[in-house]
Amino acid sequence: MITHLLSIDDLTPEQITEVLDTAAGFKDVALRPIKKVPTLRGRTICNLFYEDSTRTRISFEIAEKRLSADVINFSAKGSSVSKGESLKDTALTLQAMGVDAIVIRHSASGAPQQLTGWVDAKVLNAGDGWHQHPTQALLDLYTIRERLGRLEGLRAAVVGDVVHSRVARSVVRGLVAMGVEVTVVGPPTLVPTSVETWGATVTHDLDETLPKIDVLYLLRVQSERMHRQFFPSEREYARLWGVGRDRLDKLPDDAIVLHPGPMNRGVEITADVADAPNAVIAEQVTNGIAVRMSCLYLMLGGEA
Amino acid sequence: MNAERSTITFTGARVVDPASGRDEVADVIVSGDRIIAVGNGSDGLRVDAHGLVLTPGFVDLHVHLRQPGREDAETVASGTAAAAAGGYTAVCPMANTDPVTDHAGVVEQVLRLAREAGHADVYPVGAITRGLGGEELAEMGAMAAHGVRCFSDDGVPVRSARIMRRALTYARTWDAIICNHAEEPDLTEGAQMHEGVLSSVLGLGGWPREAEEVMVSRDLILAHGLGARLHVPHVSTAGTVELIRQAKARGTRVTAEAAPHHFSLTDDVVRGYDPVYKVNPPLRTKADVLAVREGLADGTIDAIATDHAPHPPEQKEQEWAQAPPGMLGLETALAITLTELVGQDDGTSPSPGAAGDRSGDGALSLSQAVAALSTNPARSRGIAGHGGPIEPGAHANLVLFDPARRWTIQAAVTQSRSRNTPYAGTQVRGKIVHTLLRGRFTCRDGEVVR
Repeated sequence: MITHLLSIDDLTPEQITEVLDTAAGFKDVALRPIKKVPTLRGRTICNLFYEDSTRTRISFEIAEKRLSADVINFSAKGSSVSKGESLKDTALTLQAMGVDAIVIRHSASGAPQQLTGWVDAKVLNAGDGWHQHPTQALLDLYTIRERLGRLEGLRAAVVGDVVHSRVARSVVRGLVAMGVEVTVVGPPTLVPTSVETWGATVTHDLDETLPKIDVLYLLRVQSERMHRQFFPSEREYARLWGVGRDRLDKLPDDAIVLHPGPMNRGVEITADVADAPNAVIAEQVTNGIAVRMSCLYLMLGGEA
Repeated sequence: MNAERSTITFTGARVVDPASGRDEVADVIVSGDRIIAVGNGSDGLRVDAHGLVLTPGFVDLHVHLRQPGREDAETVASGTAAAAAGGYTAVCPMANTDPVTDHAGVVEQVLRLAREAGHADVYPVGAITRGLGGEELAEMGAMAAHGVRCFSDDGVPVRSARIMRRALTYARTWDAIICNHAEEPDLTEGAQMHEGVLSSVLGLGGWPREAEEVMVSRDLILAHGLGARLHVPHVSTAGTVELIRQAKARGTRVTAEAAPHHFSLTDDVVRGYDPVYKVNPPLRTKADVLAVREGLADGTIDAIATDHAPHPPEQKEQEWAQAPPGMLGLETALAITLTELVGQDDGTSPSPGAAGDRSGDGALSLSQAVAALSTNPARSRGIAGHGGPIEPGAHANLVLFDPARRWTIQAAVTQSRSRNTPYAGTQVRGKIVHTLLRGRFTCRDGEVVR
């Protein structure tokens, strides 16, 4: 059982495996004519979204509804937050209404952890600031395992803006936990010097890395970073760290390419790579629903 | 009140007075607002002070009393009550009030409020620039006329080297001190905590050591060239300690302070994202903590200053990124100093049965600790009548504390209007018993006198 899911580091490798195995069972639900199981009937889950999100919010909502939970969507714009209510007061209000779990997305790192101090409900982090996005890492691990048959012993490169990425923090730690050898690649301005303490190695040379990996994980690079002078131009970024057809050809034949979305086609990834047969980006999205069902089930399902 | 102004003899205290070099058991007789005798003898009311340490009242070069403007967080009266409870007889409130203390009117207001409250003497710090805007010099002369001798835009660095140089030069009119918030703002954009291993794990924007050290370097060079007086606030990095050490060796007229949280806590406490640990400059690493202790021990850092920064609960109970930086300090500074820095065998026998908690690492002798809390800050700022010496004829600005008494800090037990202590639940050693401001108890038997 999982109490809260705030960081991928909250899970042991055995628990991660349990999440992935359970997700495999839930994946079949999508293939049924009636895509629903009664697992969380009578449970109330609030999706508390303080930051714009399309795919993550919809993915959670589908996962919750397929589990038959009662779902409340609360987004910062259409709520009392715009009238200045604090996160704590909002949390206490939800507590008073008796929700069983809160799925929270917030632009401030640590907000989900703070929430656990204010409510009895279980808290699932759907992305906080630059900190963590654990279900993203889990769906990525699921997708890799499904495609390549294993995790242990694989080699992966995580490429791009690591400093500002909750996805990178989650994915690198998740891969390392499952025995994947991880290399982080990107401009030194966007790779924290202490990445080695996460269990990964660092290089700034993508071309030298590509032939040696099974998994290429490209991170989204926001143009905002260019304006803040983390790199001189999108063109230069694409030349040094972006992946197009030429670089795709340097990968071993059975290697796969992942991206958490949304993509900046033409910057970190070109259109022909995004649509290549070994790019599994759409599968990541599909698997996200089953993995989120699995997490919610393991957090809430055991109690009746 | 009259009774309290009469003659009192404190008998048997260990008198620690760095200004005179005295460290011995003696009886101290106070009559009216003065000390009239130190030695053997007794007159008037006898107060048994065996086992207590008697020193000059503490002087805090860096507090935020929040009045005018943020009376919900603190007032001059509540902040100086906290000072009295913490053994302080003089405090220097920073200028980042609302309106800013950049003209004589606010200085007068703060002085009047302090006189009315009567808990401690207050020496306001004036702003360097109008509205802390960093562009136009504030009218230092108008504030100097009310006794202001230190100017600071604390909280906001003076970004322009030209303005900083002008301020250092202009302040020479009164041989006044310029204290620049030591932070290069270009390097701390979006900064939320110390930049290091932990900030990269927690996903919080990093506040690199270099941001402090670049600014301190610039200011030391400017002050040295002009022969002007510079004070470096809240030293937080090993590199800054070394820069100041070198500058002092070169003869730069620089003084420096360190806050208790910077010699007792590391960034590790940020793990839980509780904004009570958010402070500017941020909590750093063990190596920095040790360097700050060394700086205090060898005199590179002159003073312990609390940077007492009250914030109401609703401000601190927010997302980390939104919560304002700052911590309370006045009521815990002595205990943290003794617990962390002064060995308990320094003439202070521990209470029987009390064991198993932290003991100071002996970085400072008790006398050095008193110098850093009282004598040095009073001297460096020219605050007459405070900081000792403890001798006949001197103003009776004194504190008596029990160096061995163990207690647990509780956030709710405070004179402050706010509760944002980072030490809630911490077991410490050393408790204030009495504080006297010109012979009158401002704190008696641990209770603030009103």
